Amino acid sequence: MSADAVSRVAVTAAAEAVLRKLHAVNGPLMFHQSGGCCDGSSPMCYVEGEFRTGASDVLLASLPIAEVPEPVTFWMSKDQFERWRHTHLTVDVVPGRGGGFSLEAPEGVRFLIRSRLLTPEETKVLDSSE
Amino acid sequence: MARIAAPGESGAKMNYQSRYDHWIGGEFVPPVRGQYFENPTPVTGQNFCEIARGTAEDVEAALDAAHAAAPAWGRTSAGDRANILNRIADRMEQNLEALAVAESWENGKPIRESMAADIPLAIDHFRYFAGAIRAQEGALSEIDEDTVAYHFHEPLGVVAQIIPWNFPILMATWKLAPALAAGNAVVIKPAEQTPASIHFWMSLVADLLPPGVVNIVNGFGVEAGKPLASSARVAKVAFTGETTTGRLIMQYASENIKPVTLELGGKSPNIFFDDVSSARDDFLDKALEGFTMFALNQGEVCTCPSRALIQEGHYSEFLDAAVDRTRAIVQGHPFDTDTMIGAQASNDQLEKILSYLDIGQQEGAKILIGGSRADLGGELAGGYYVEPTIFEGNNSMRIFQEEIFGPVVSVAPFGTFDDAIRIANDTLYGLGAGVWTRDSSTAYRAGRAIQAGRVWTNCYHAYPAHAAFGGYKGSGIGRENHKMMLDHYQQTKNLLVSYSPRKLGFF
Repeated sequence: MSADAVSRVAVTAAAEAVLRKLHAVNGPLMFHQSGGCCDGSSPMCYVEGEFRTGASDVLLASLPIAEVPEPVTFWMSKDQFERWRHTHLTVDVVPGRGGGFSLEAPEGVRFLIRSRLLTPEETKVLDSSE
Repeated sequence: MARIAAPGESGAKMNYQSRYDHWIGGEFVPPVRGQYFENPTPVTGQNFCEIARGTAEDVEAALDAAHAAAPAWGRTSAGDRANILNRIADRMEQNLEALAVAESWENGKPIRESMAADIPLAIDHFRYFAGAIRAQEGALSEIDEDTVAYHFHEPLGVVAQIIPWNFPILMATWKLAPALAAGNAVVIKPAEQTPASIHFWMSLVADLLPPGVVNIVNGFGVEAGKPLASSARVAKVAFTGETTTGRLIMQYASENIKPVTLELGGKSPNIFFDDVSSARDDFLDKALEGFTMFALNQGEVCTCPSRALIQEGHYSEFLDAAVDRTRAIVQGHPFDTDTMIGAQASNDQLEKILSYLDIGQQEGAKILIGGSRADLGGELAGGYYVEPTIFEGNNSMRIFQEEIFGPVVSVAPFGTFDDAIRIANDTLYGLGAGVWTRDSSTAYRAGRAIQAGRVWTNCYHAYPAHAAFGGYKGSGIGRENHKMMLDHYQQTKNLLVSYSPRKLGFF
């Protein structure tokens, strides 16, 4: 299994369509995975650079989105990543209302994470590439 | 079982308007861009009113109104401000059931909870801060015989408050009461999931407050919350929510050198030592209720006791009884007075909970009860209902590490006292915790060893004013619910005064 074929994060077609729409209005985009209460555990979507990442964050993936020139980066706090790293994440979108300052909320939709366990093979490839 | 009339039904104690504009300067003001969004009730999933979709222009108008009102409000005597807070409390008490109906219709929580908890607590909160501001004193320090340092409390001015959707009126009150008591004017943004109930509250108390002292701007976080939180015209930002937005708000505040208070949730452990089951008595019964508190408010509480740690000696016996107690939870129409658990507050919240029920099973956690969306049929078929769910697993699973914000508890055994503390503290958060034991020494040692701002000891989910509430670790910064909260809304003015006529002799 090559490193190129393995990723920690995927995007559903429905979420890609929302990202294309948001990109057309806002330009390059990023995600930062939230934790804690209320709208926590949801990925927050911002204009790239709006949320300042730093040494306490991990870049999990740069997601290629069809018709969007810049990949959408997906970040998470390092300490949260340590507790999530055994799972593969898929960014999906559902009808919803609001959530932090995430860009998609006014569209009446909300990004959502669906998860599955990484296989031992995927884990091996991902761990060796870090 | 009695059924309280819901808005729109005959005999309802309140009805919502069909549309709410912003509340700015003591009157309704339409959004500058003329846009509105639909507000559904989670009880049925049907829209019941339209809400102003605020933008930066509306936030500026609210800040103008707040700045116009702040100087006079800040000069109002503590006694007069306290009187106004007490009158607000009285007005709320006279309309308790109407406020409870408003809160439950918008949030989906059982009417019995909003009648017995949310609204009475909010009323008491205004009274508490009315008393606290009357009793607050400055301080003086006698530096030497002729020099005195006087310390005065001064309001910050205009503050921004961003409110969550799980207790719309109570959480607004937790922030409004201390801010107003301390003499600040407020621009408040309710959650877009629950934007209307605070307008009903305002309709009851508007005549008691000078125009501009409390301004309500509705809208989405990115369109209305961000311009408010990043404004250089606010002296402080208070936020309850989650970690990424909390960091973003700190980032904005750093650009303006403004303070923040943040309450960002938790993953609270609820610890049951062996001796809990040493007798079949009221205390055991109380502890089982304490376990079942995970379902209170559909689990949509920052301090939801969502990790139950049960000592090995009574593990099976206690857990079996806890499953039985959970099975007895009455789920139904939130306006039936027997209903114990109502609807999740929004569709995306429902979806998120279901995604956790999925990953929990994939990680190998065992479902002891529940585990699915609940279809209550009829008019509730479109509502957002989840079965109370107990998972059995271990603390490294995602369901033990992330706040699901649903009626879901994850259970694990522990051996020794030290194991309990290690597991309890193995979390990014530190907001709440519960300790259950008949041994006061164990209770004390556990309470001190758990890294959390609130350790309920032989009780859970009590939120009285005068008991400080707030987080350690990733759960945030600052405290609420206590007179020390006044400090978060006040500047310290020091007058350093010399009463000596003699020069120093330097020049």
